[in-house]
Amino acid sequence: MKTSDKLWKDLLNGKVPEQLGQEVDQFETEIGLRKQGKIEEKVFAETRLRRGAYGQRYDNGQRYDGTESRKLPFADKPTKGPGTVWDAPGMLRIKVPFGGLNPRQLEVMAELAEEYSDGIAHVTTRQDFQLHFIHIENTPTIMRRLAAVGITTREACGNAVRNVTACPLAGVCHDEPFDVTPYSKALAWFLMGHPDTMEFGRKFKPAFSGCAQHACGLVQMHDIGYTALVRPGADGKLQRGFKIVVGGGLGPVPRQARILTEFAPVEEMLPLTQAVCRVFGKHGEKKNRNGARIKFLVDKWGIEKFREEVFATRKELREDPRWLGMLQDIEKEEEGPLHPPGQLPAFGGNDRLYEWVKGNVRDQRQAGYVTAAINLPLGDITADQLRSLADIVAKYTRGTIRTTVEQNFLIRWISKTDVPALFADLDRVELAAPGATSIVDVTSCPGTDTCKLGISSSRGLGGELRNQLVAKSYQLDEAVKGLHIKVSGCFNSCGGHYVSDLGFYGVSRTINGYKVPHFQVLLGGEWEHNAGSYGLPIIAIPSKRVPAAVDFVTEFYVKNRLKDERFHAFVKRVGKGPVRALLEPLNQNFPTHEADPGFYSDWGDPRQYSIGDIGIGECAGEVVSRYQFEMTAAERLVFEAGQHLDQDRLQAAGETAYAAFLRAAKALVQIQFDDVSNDPDEIVAEFKERFFDTQVFFDPFVGPKFANDFFAAHAVRGEKFTADTTHHRIAEAQLFIEAVHNCYNKLRSAPAPATKA
Amino acid sequence: MELQYLVAKIYVDGDLRIDPVSVVNVFHRLVAQQALPGVLVDVAELLHVPAGPGVVLVGVEADYALDHTSHHWGVLYRRKAPLAGTNADRIRQALQAAGQIARLLEAEFPGQLTFSRTDFSLTVNDRVLAANTPATFAATRPELEAYLQGWLGRAGSTLALLESDPRQRFGVRVQTAVPFDLPA
Repeated sequence: MKTSDKLWKDLLNGKVPEQLGQEVDQFETEIGLRKQGKIEEKVFAETRLRRGAYGQRYDNGQRYDGTESRKLPFADKPTKGPGTVWDAPGMLRIKVPFGGLNPRQLEVMAELAEEYSDGIAHVTTRQDFQLHFIHIENTPTIMRRLAAVGITTREACGNAVRNVTACPLAGVCHDEPFDVTPYSKALAWFLMGHPDTMEFGRKFKPAFSGCAQHACGLVQMHDIGYTALVRPGADGKLQRGFKIVVGGGLGPVPRQARILTEFAPVEEMLPLTQAVCRVFGKHGEKKNRNGARIKFLVDKWGIEKFREEVFATRKELREDPRWLGMLQDIEKEEEGPLHPPGQLPAFGGNDRLYEWVKGNVRDQRQAGYVTAAINLPLGDITADQLRSLADIVAKYTRGTIRTTVEQNFLIRWISKTDVPALFADLDRVELAAPGATSIVDVTSCPGTDTCKLGISSSRGLGGELRNQLVAKSYQLDEAVKGLHIKVSGCFNSCGGHYVSDLGFYGVSRTINGYKVPHFQVLLGGEWEHNAGSYGLPIIAIPSKRVPAAVDFVTEFYVKNRLKDERFHAFVKRVGKGPVRALLEPLNQNFPTHEADPGFYSDWGDPRQYSIGDIGIGECAGEVVSRYQFEMTAAERLVFEAGQHLDQDRLQAAGETAYAAFLRAAKALVQIQFDDVSNDPDEIVAEFKERFFDTQVFFDPFVGPKFANDFFAAHAVRGEKFTADTTHHRIAEAQLFIEAVHNCYNKLRSAPAPATKA
Repeated sequence: MELQYLVAKIYVDGDLRIDPVSVVNVFHRLVAQQALPGVLVDVAELLHVPAGPGVVLVGVEADYALDHTSHHWGVLYRRKAPLAGTNADRIRQALQAAGQIARLLEAEFPGQLTFSRTDFSLTVNDRVLAANTPATFAATRPELEAYLQGWLGRAGSTLALLESDPRQRFGVRVQTAVPFDLPA
């Protein structure tokens, strides 16, 4: 609580929209009640999450300092949620529907970053902002200051409808039939706090795209996605509508969304979405959070039954005047230019301007105008830069700018005549880095920097890759410049590793008795076609060797690609095998800890690497050798499964993935029971008794999920595989292997493993 | 006018002659040892943004940093929890805390990192308590000068508004005629 909170409340009186103001007042009261112990901690946790106040690393009060895990000396106060210390800094996520902002909003973001955070505002992979190191008691004032400029944090986290994202080119794109911006805005406000969204078992992410072929909206990886279409109506006039897809998502096991309807007229967008929400709220899983996203309901029912239920529910909905009311005059909301159209002046030998225009500027549909991307390092921008950006936006546009899912900004409606002056203004505040959306523009989730789930430092790696690639960007082949790199700190895919040319997600391995940060390398993902296909892991590489892996793969691509062959097609043609073979030497000849302790720490973090609070255990020689042998086999099998899938041998792929599960499970069982046979039933039974029933195998965050995936694969062994189920089975097998590694590490650090009587 | 949430920044003397990333390890050690007042929680390395917060040692009651805002390297103390007492008490506390981390870093990098003894700034990190206006400067100046005179004696010092943009936080830059001892 700041001494100025009351002053802010008085100052903003009448400036905060009534509804938002009341909600903030309620939240402030709830904070007070929780401090007095009058609200249960679980209830308060979900309450604050629905207000965007999220946890952050070390908020359990424990921190590994490089030698051991220590308790941080926080004051003894009520918790913010189960195991969450009151005074521990947290994160505040700020919703920005379709990424749209104006100069005043940028200025307020700058003020808040300075006064409550560390001076940095972070653009997320879903067009939100995040402020880190926020005290819970400061959040009501922050929310009021945001609400006064039309921004809310409501439902930015928790089991709710998250930020509604949209293609940042909407309205100026060459390929779209119409601008999706006002529809995304209408949906965002229609669903906020809607009664049909209150019963969700998990989060729900909507996205809009203007076209099917480009990546900007990424609708295929969303819980619900809308792609703009027009078709002749009964009166012969072109009618606006959307192709709506449901049940997509990344997370540990990604799903491509499935088609709910090929065309819904725009008038049906809100009611149909309401029906989807009601069906999800009513029938979605509630108890098991790992199976509670809408994709699991669509999986369970099949899209036909899901569709049937949605349309039946749609018919039962009570008429809501907002369905059409929110769409009235929607075309009047379209943005326009501040300055007249123009021509791009000559560069006059200004190489930096030339490079910037080449990488960051593209023509709009409207002649004489361009968009300009601002390439933010790791999505971060300082408060001073935000204020300068507000001035620039006001100077060159009618006061609009957008965030992008690649953690950048996009300024639109720039007259071509203004481009050199815009560049100069951006350059003055160091916002004119070239290479936006190119290989140097690495996307990364927060990872171990601030996220509680982070396993490896995604931002550390992302920053290092960016530095190294920028340094040699002039030497890079044009084909390489066009690649995307996306890094996640764990399997949850917040960095978007599944939909990248080169994707990485954090894992850990043990080398020479020490835990070492690693990243799984993923190939085969596709950013284009709205995240058209998902990649698969091929090999885990020590974190410090990932930059070398990027060099190896890109050089291999340049040397062996056919003319004009895109990376995705190249990987499909040559297969993942040769790429894996190329990277295998990076998993050999490890330095000893004494020779190179830096190898055993993570990027940007000099502490001895650790996952959680697990210390370095004693190695049980022979057992380890056998375990490692079995696990190497399991990893090979899951890789081979991916190769089968690439060659459309679905049955072989699915069965091999199942074999990988078994091999990894057997590796673990063997630690306690040398004589376990190869009989799948016996492996499953032994695994269940020793590691599942005892909960030893349970993941701290997703509990029994990985074990349940194994049991499910065993239960349906011999099934006929489809492309989708094969892909899922392979991804699940890979995650099961990671879980086996984690369990093994946990057992090694325990005083004495239990043995079966 | 109540001056809460003060940020004290003591500028680096001359150019920064260390790799700022080397401070990350020092700050991690300070967290491990809880070696500064208040609860120390984490280290944020933000060197990838230009003219940014640099390396921040994040605490509950206050943050410490090797800061690069406005392209000026300096050691920074940022008070986050309110403090009782007078404005003079709060100024003294912020300068003492900044002085403590400055001395500590100088000891870590002997001969390589020195902080100015004539140049620092004080900022109020709360726009509603102290808007960045000439009126605020006029209102706070006597109190600031009185404190500085009490600390520095008659040697004198010059005060200037740190930033003229009213959107910025209110802050003053202080340059002294003779070197001062870092407050202990």
